[in-house]
This record gives sequence, structure tokens and C-alpha cells, in this order.
Amino acid sequence: MVPLPWYLIFAAALFCIGLYGVLARKNAIAILMGVELMLNAVNINLIAFWRYQAVEQVAGPAFAVIVFAVAAAEVAVGLALFISIYRRRDSIIADDIDLLKW
Amino acid sequence: MDFLKDPINFIANWLGTLLSGWGLSEPLIAVVLALLGVLVIVLIVLAIAILLVWIERKVVARFQDRLGPNRAGPFGLFQPFADIIKLIIKESILPEGAEWLVYNLAPVLTMATVLMIWAVIPFTPTVLGSDVNVGVLYIVALGSIGTLAIIMAGWASNNKYALLGAFRTVAQMVSYEVPLVITLLIPVLLSHSMGINHIVEAQEVWFFVLSPLGALLFLIASVAEIGRSPFDLLEAESEIVAGFHIEYTGMRFGLFYASELLHALTISTIAATLFLGGWRGPGVETWPILGVIYLAGKSFLLYFVVMWVRYSLPRIRIDHMLNFNWKFLTPLALTILIVTAILEKVMTGASLAVRSLVHLSGNVVIVIVTIQILRTYARIERQRFDDSRPLAVAAEPPVTTT
Amino acid sequence: MTTTQMIFLATALLTLVAAIMVVSTRKLVHAALWLILALFGVAITFVLLEAGFFAVIQVVVYIGAIAILMIFAIMLTRREVRDVSPQTNRSWWLAAVITVLFFTGIVFMLSSWEGFSVNQPVAGVGVDTIDKLGQALVSPHAYVLPFEVASVLLLAAMIGAIYAAREKK
Repeated sequence: MVPLPWYLIFAAALFCIGLYGVLARKNAIAILMGVELMLNAVNINLIAFWRYQAVEQVAGPAFAVIVFAVAAAEVAVGLALFISIYRRRDSIIADDIDLLKW
Repeated sequence: MDFLKDPINFIANWLGTLLSGWGLSEPLIAVVLALLGVLVIVLIVLAIAILLVWIERKVVARFQDRLGPNRAGPFGLFQPFADIIKLIIKESILPEGAEWLVYNLAPVLTMATVLMIWAVIPFTPTVLGSDVNVGVLYIVALGSIGTLAIIMAGWASNNKYALLGAFRTVAQMVSYEVPLVITLLIPVLLSHSMGINHIVEAQEVWFFVLSPLGALLFLIASVAEIGRSPFDLLEAESEIVAGFHIEYTGMRFGLFYASELLHALTISTIAATLFLGGWRGPGVETWPILGVIYLAGKSFLLYFVVMWVRYSLPRIRIDHMLNFNWKFLTPLALTILIVTAILEKVMTGASLAVRSLVHLSGNVVIVIVTIQILRTYARIERQRFDDSRPLAVAAEPPVTTT
Repeated sequence: MTTTQMIFLATALLTLVAAIMVVSTRKLVHAALWLILALFGVAITFVLLEAGFFAVIQVVVYIGAIAILMIFAIMLTRREVRDVSPQTNRSWWLAAVITVLFFTGIVFMLSSWEGFSVNQPVAGVGVDTIDKLGQALVSPHAYVLPFEVASVLLLAAMIGAIYAAREKK
């Protein structure tokens, strides 16, 4: 059997790689890909804890289903906004979208 | 006699005892038998794909009042082999600027996702590739990977027409996934399970009788999903650009072509399993091997219907296609899903005859209401069209005073 | 080292390598394809955790919808040949430092938790997980409220996305 710490460390590593993608990439869609990796790491954590600690309750899978739905909604709205911004300013580099900076 | 009744399990058990006699451990025997099963299924299905090329050409010929291929072998049976040899000996071109890995992976992925569907279809009451309890959702997932393969094909060709064709094909496929998934939920509701073997076992009365509108919508959505006529505007040969597989020649194109035909047979088999009762038929309990024959008969019947539709209807324009999906199929599928769910909940514990009759009458009521709405809408459209047409009257010539 | 452990290590290696390629490759379409491979690795991890339903949902929702949407958005928002400039911004080294610190912080916090050395999963999860999940998602004593709120969220996201990405005439 696979020990639980392995799953947790794997999820933590995936989360940190996603965090690096969010912090270090220029293109807004690449940042969104980092966010997706982070959400997947969270899902792995939820299901691993459910399987190893509390498999007769159903809170783990219910929470994971909500995370799936929220991730899908966020990607849809985010990409629609990026397309709209691209039409306006012809650029999708996160550093160029700084109208609100003072 | 036992061998004749259930030859597949008999052979599997005999092989299992043989291998354990050779000293292999239990899990290894399971893996070896599973791999052997995969090999057998894939070989049989691919051989049927070759046969499908011949069937397709003969049937289209008969629909068009001609004979079809009859020179290459008796009744033209060697025609598919001639096609295959022609495709194999063509030059293998990689377009300039195309990614080698993605370009070669796309046709393989298309064929793989079609073949993987055969893992969850039950052939007899006892023979099943893999009894996952989310079989219906597995089929939906493989359809999604199929759309991904098309994007990969379109993008890797380094050709903007291929890319545009791939986008439009994927837009069509993703749009028609919505009514497909909704109508796939109807057998799930009627049998209280997502596992396909459970669905077949729950069909004392075929689900086609309980929900004919659901079966019809499933067939329409599947035919549109696989990009087959009359929904094949984006990849037909007579259109200006042949869609996402412009840059594919030789056996790679052969893989796309064969996977499209095989996908049509696969959705016929899925529809036969979910709506027409799969391996059910007289005498299947005592002679399980008859289940294969029943399933083959039903799925080829549905495949003939799909071909019939293909060769009788003209092609549908892309904006009509998308309007048809979002303004007609999806609301209708949602309506029938809600009605089926409500009726099923209301009638928990009722007998089978009562359930069948109530579901059937619910479907008939929805059909009548839909036809009435369509007639009203058509009449309003006709009036609007008649009113707005300008009268073709020539202008008065200017009066000249000469 | 049992077979399951070997399969898990292979899957974890595949997923982490694909994730690193996502955040470090230059061409954005390649990043999207590596993301699809990483999501597939996560689906295999769900299968190893005996949550087959979630593996299939992952393929349908993430790979079949989100990844395809990202590829569409990448194609719609790119200039001609712009993939030659470096894809990381100026303070990428700070991001790397923060990431490593974060990872060591998480592992340190986890290792000081007394449940960290659990080796065996709880036995016997049956096939009625989906049944219980379905009933919990619509039961008033359980999770019907988050379920309905998530449905409203999806509806709002759909309407908002359609409106935001419309061509303004």
C-alpha cells in the first residue's frame, strides 16, 4: 500500500510548482495554468485524506466535486476576460495590463 | 456442452489453470489474461473496421442505384485490402514546420479513443472487458479525448486552414456533447446505475420502448458528435478545404478514415446496449454465447439506420447545425430528462408494465407538444417571411415630354 | 516495494515532470499540451486512490473542457511569432525562492502532525460511494446548499463569459 505521506508530499510539490507558475510567468494564460495545477493539488489532497482517514464519510468527495465546479467556472470567466482584454489592448502580458497602478 | 454454452469464459479458465500450472502467480495470470483479452478485442474490432469499408461502399452504391465495387474479388470483397495497400505505399510526408510528435500522435489518439470504448461494452452476460461502475461516464470521457486529438491534428499541421477547420469541428463536437450527455443520463435514471452491465440487466423491457424520444435524441447527438453526415460540413471531401486532415496522407489519413467508420459502429453498439437491450434475447440465460449474436445484429441494424440517414439527407450548414443544437436539441433533452426523472420518482415500486406505459405516454406527450410548438413557430416564420418580401414591381418609367 | 507503490512513483514522476515543463517552456501551446499530460497523471492518481468516479470526472471536466478552452484562448490571443522572448518575468528568482520555502514549510508542518505516518488506508470502500455522494449532494441535512450555490455559480460564470467575450459591434 502506498503510504499517505507520499500522496501529501506529491500534492505539496504539485502545488508549489503551480505557485511558481503563477508568480513567475508573464503570459496571463500561463498564470491560469499554474492556478489549475494548484487546484489539482488541492483535489489530490482532499481525496487522499478522505481515502486514508474518513472513508465512510462523504465530505471529501462532496468538497472535491465543488472544487471541480469552481475551477471550471473560474477558467471560463478568466479566459473570457483575457480574450476581451486582448481585443482592447492587443497584449496579454500581465505586466502590460497596469492601468490601475499608481 | 459447457464449452459451447460459454466458450469465452471456458477458454479463459482453461488458460488460467494452464498458466498457474506453469507456476505464475495469481496477479500475473490476471494481467496476462487481461492483455490477451485486449488483444483479441482490438483485433476483432479492427477486422470489422475493414469489413465496414466494404459495407459502406456497397450500401451507398445501392442507395444511389448502382452496384458498388464488384471487380476486386468476389462481390468486391477485396476492395478494402486494395484501399489499404494504396494508402500504405503512399509517401509519408511531414509538412514543413509541423511538430513531428504531435502530428503523428493525433491519428493514433483518435483511433485509440474509439477502441477504448469497446472495453466497457458487455458482449454476453458473463463476458465484459472491464466492469467499472461509471461506464457511461467513461464513454463521455473518451469522447472528450477524441476532441483533443482533433485539435492536436489541426494545430500540428502548421496550416491555418487546418487550424480553422479543427476549431470548427471541435466547436461542433463540444456543442453536441451537451445533449449527448443529457440523453445518456436517461438509461442511467431508468436503471438506477451507471454501470453498463447493470443497465443491460435492468432492461426487462427495452429502454427504447420506455423512452423512444431519448433513444432518437441520443442517435442524433451521436451522429453529430462523430462528425458524420449530415453534419459533416467541416470535413467532407467536396468542401473547399477538407478540414483538419488536409495535411494527412497515406496511412495516417487511413487511420482517421477508419476511426470515423469505426466510431459510427461504436455508437451504434452503445445505442444498442443502452436502449435496445444489448445482449438480451431469447435463450441467452442458458446459452450465453448467443448474446454476441444478438448484440451484433442490433448494432448492425442501427449502423444501417445511421448509413441510411447519411445517404438520404443533404448536408446541414454550420449555423443551422449550431442553432439546431442549442435551440432545439438541448431544451428538448433537458425536458425529457426532467420528465423522466419526475415520473421515475413518482412511480417507485410500481410494476414493470405500469412504468413502461407511463414513460411511453410521457414521451408521446412531449413529442406532441414539441410538434405543436414547431408548427406554431413555422407558421410565425412563414408569415414574417411573406410579409417582408417586397413586391417585385417595376418602377414607373419617367414620363418624358418629347 | 509493491506494484502499487511503483505505479504511484511512476505516475508522480510523470506528473511532476509535466508540471515543471508547463511552467518553464517557452511556447505556450506546448505548455498547454504538457498541462494535459499533468492532468492525466492526476487522473491516474485518483484511480490509485480508488476514486474511479473522480478520475473520469477529471478527464471529462479538466482535459475535455478546460484544456480545450485554454488551447482555444491561446490560439485566439497570440500575435504572429512571439514565442522567442523569455516567458518569465523579471523576478523569477524570487518566485523560485518563495516556492522552495513554501514547500519546505508545508513538509515540515506535515511531518510534525501525528497522523503523518499512516501507512494503511482504511479498509473496504464499497461501490456505493457514488450512491452516498449523490444522496449527500441533494439531502437537506447534508450538502444541498453548496451544490445549489455551485450551480448558480456555474450559471453566472456561463452568462458572464458569454457576455465578456462577445464581439462588440
